[in-house]
Amino acid sequence: MTATRDGRAPNSRPRVGLFVTCLVDIIRPTVGFAAVKLLEEAGCKVVVPSQTCCGQPAYNAGDRATAKDLAMQAIDAFEDCDYVVAPSGSCGGMLATHYPELFAGEPDMAAKAERFAAKTHELVSFLVDVLGVETVAARYEGTVAYHDSCAGLRELGIKTQPRRLLASVEGLRLVELEEAETCCGFGGMFATKYGELSNAIVSRKSEDIRKTAADTVLAGDLGCLMNMAGKLQREGSPVKARHVAEVLAGMADGPAIGESQGPKQ
Amino acid sequence: MSAVATTSKFKENAHDALTDARLQGALVHARNFTVRRAAAAERLPEFEALRDNARAVKDHTLAHLDLYLEAYERKVVESGGQVHYAQDAEEARRIIIELCRSLGAKSVTKGKSMVSEEIGLNQALEAAGIEAVETDLGEYIIQLRGEAPSHIIAPAIHVTKQDVEQDFRKAHRDLPATRDLSEPEQLLAEARSVLRARFLAADVGVTGANFLVAETGTSIIVTNEGNGDLTQILPKAHIVIASIEKIVPTLEDAAQLLRVLARSATGQDASVYTTLSTGPRRPGDPDGPSAYHVVILDNGRSSMLGGEFEDMLRCIRCGACMNHCPVYQAIGGHAYGWVYPGPMGAVLTPSLIGVAEGGQLPNASSFCGRCEEVCPVRIPLPKMMRHWREREFERHLSPAPFRYGLGLWAFFARRPTLYRFATDLAARAMHLAGRGKGRFSWAPLAGGWTQYRDLAAPEKTTFQSQWRAKSGAVK
Amino acid sequence: MAGEKRGGEVSAREAIFANVRRSLGVTGAEEPRRFESEARLAKAPPGVVPKRGQGGAEARIATFKAEAERAAATLAEVAALAEVPGEVARFLRENNAPATLRMGTDQRLATMPWSVTPLDILHGPSDGHDLNAVSVAFAAIAETGTVALVSGADNPTTLNFLPDNQIVVVLRSDVVADYESVFVRLRETYGKGGAPRTVNFITGPSRSADIEQTLLLGAHGPRRLHIVIAG
Repeated sequence: MTATRDGRAPNSRPRVGLFVTCLVDIIRPTVGFAAVKLLEEAGCKVVVPSQTCCGQPAYNAGDRATAKDLAMQAIDAFEDCDYVVAPSGSCGGMLATHYPELFAGEPDMAAKAERFAAKTHELVSFLVDVLGVETVAARYEGTVAYHDSCAGLRELGIKTQPRRLLASVEGLRLVELEEAETCCGFGGMFATKYGELSNAIVSRKSEDIRKTAADTVLAGDLGCLMNMAGKLQREGSPVKARHVAEVLAGMADGPAIGESQGPKQ
Repeated sequence: MSAVATTSKFKENAHDALTDARLQGALVHARNFTVRRAAAAERLPEFEALRDNARAVKDHTLAHLDLYLEAYERKVVESGGQVHYAQDAEEARRIIIELCRSLGAKSVTKGKSMVSEEIGLNQALEAAGIEAVETDLGEYIIQLRGEAPSHIIAPAIHVTKQDVEQDFRKAHRDLPATRDLSEPEQLLAEARSVLRARFLAADVGVTGANFLVAETGTSIIVTNEGNGDLTQILPKAHIVIASIEKIVPTLEDAAQLLRVLARSATGQDASVYTTLSTGPRRPGDPDGPSAYHVVILDNGRSSMLGGEFEDMLRCIRCGACMNHCPVYQAIGGHAYGWVYPGPMGAVLTPSLIGVAEGGQLPNASSFCGRCEEVCPVRIPLPKMMRHWREREFERHLSPAPFRYGLGLWAFFARRPTLYRFATDLAARAMHLAGRGKGRFSWAPLAGGWTQYRDLAAPEKTTFQSQWRAKSGAVK
Repeated sequence: MAGEKRGGEVSAREAIFANVRRSLGVTGAEEPRRFESEARLAKAPPGVVPKRGQGGAEARIATFKAEAERAAATLAEVAALAEVPGEVARFLRENNAPATLRMGTDQRLATMPWSVTPLDILHGPSDGHDLNAVSVAFAAIAETGTVALVSGADNPTTLNFLPDNQIVVVLRSDVVADYESVFVRLRETYGKGGAPRTVNFITGPSRSADIEQTLLLGAHGPRRLHIVIAG
């Protein structure tokens, strides 16, 4: 179903461990299944090792010890995978850029973290940059704005990859936000610890979204999406928020983030 | 004591800023900076290479700071100037006041200097009976208002033109009530004529320095108005106040930094006036100050060397980090409560006034990373804010409920089987509580979230439990 | 010196140097460090120099003019130094400026035929009551359209800031590519490690955007910068 640059022989299917992320795990499993579908269609063998959290909340709260424990746990859990893929730039950035920093000064662990980091990717950039996926076979009727989540954009260089794949989705019209690269104000614990500030920032984001003709806002991170969706809904806006993987996998027919889960149409 | 801080009340300050309609209107103007910087960077193919080298120049200088300071001092003395050292703000103020008194100064003009704000120089001069007049237009406006700058390069960015008109009408006593002062042009003309007289009457001029050049003993200032130059060439003495990390080895090194400074700050390729000053007036010179003094301030910086905050000493005070910061854009600079706002302030403030007073600032960040992305000397600002959070956590300075919550979560996250069970239970419970509405408008312990926005409810059960059920069925 | 000793205690200078060295973990006597810093001071490596200003004389002048105009300076070119007074008089007349002109005692200005113009010529520094002044640049920088002026017995610095109309004469042979080329010339003139009291790099007329980010020319310094390229 998915076109790749080099047709891969079935016996060389890479073993990809899905790092599902806490928010996808608990709030929106659909994103996890969309990721599995995209990876399998691109020729991967997907496994889901037993996992908890990447440790980012602890790391950003200054609790380095907990962050290190969770990092070691994750590194061990994905030991036998060729790749580790997360449907999130934020968790992906934690795994791929911050794990090695966590163990700076501990050569053995640092080397292990470096090896882990080298095989870790965010989902969409993995499809495009590593697997060479150029198009997807999906359909989405709507005008879509893509928000560049900060960690994906700045830590992992994710900018063109989702736009390239979205361009191949039938029926989808992509519009650009005026400030696509400005933070939505989520920032993990920041959103609740500094709720009023976070609200000011996400209010500006929702204004930016509403200024476009978009009926859907997409992003690669569920945290940002819940923030934007929550604001748009509180403001009574009909704009839907979805994870980009749902659209790329053709699994965007269920309720959007925070939408009523009544009987499916 | 330096300038009085209200940093520990950051949250309250931020609330006041967010609910101040006048301020919110003024802050819209600050957004122009990002577009201008991007255009300037785009126009210079070597910009990224210059940033790399600017960082290298600063790192090299900091690693040899003692030696370059010695060389700089030698050259200043050789050119007829004098160097004074101040360990803290109090000492710097005392040196400058003594210098002013020995020169019989009654009136001092000032070029824009953040270090002067840091040491609270204006208030000290006034207390000593010496009139201090800020001459940068923005600084002059906030001096009339009795305020601190809200931005390190655009100090009056929080002020509207209507505010300026009111301030001028109040302060400039002989201003006819019929004079039209409704537009920026007219306000500028009024300030120009009032300040021209002050420039010509001043006994001493105090400026900061963007760079101090070891090779030649030169201080460099960069302005667009020319006020820094009028401040230093007209009075009989020029006093430079600068902190130790302003040193650069050579004129070439200064040029590397100048090329990224203006572009990062205002989006100009070069500021209008870049002035190199070396010593006092030379024999035969028809103008210029007869005396030249440099006051070199430490104020805690030497202790930052060699530690996890050393990178902060690369900062060249361009303001790009605050211009691009979503938090700064939302609240402006005064909410930060001390001299340095925005991301650079969030890192520097706890270093200079202590983590007890300044500790909130490094926490009030979404870690979006845009500050580091635009920093001309590539200071890893989010990483250093995280260092502050680590210090707070280690010293048990973070709030207790937050620590307990984090500890409880960590207990589960360290135990995958228990975690899977607990999260699945939680997801099911929250799904039910959502009652098919798909979201909550209120949730326990999430008031900071739900006060302002809805919270999506879980779809049903966790991904991991669904995946296990599925793959179990397949096997 | 003021404030340096607190009776009996170590001076602030000593304390600062000691703390810098303690933090860096050095004594200050290490030979490799001394060698490295002295070598840098002696050699002054240029770093990254933009290509924009480079090129032959004609290319440099063309870039200089374009960049100076971007910075809101005005420009004129004359074939010989003797034609400078006519151009200055034209510029002042066109801008409705009074027919007075202040200048330093620069020899090149002194030999120009000012008497063919109606201008009243004044010499020496400005006291803030002059509307027009002319100086000769030490060099001009193509990279950013910048003129470099140096202070000296024949060249008052006040002329660069107090008058409303600043006129700067640039000799064609003085248009260099970049800042680094000016530093080379400064060392040739003032000796290695030496410098005039003031070097003014000036790019366009004075401006401010401090009121609501509205960019206005003529903040405290000149409202106009007119550059006459000559020779």
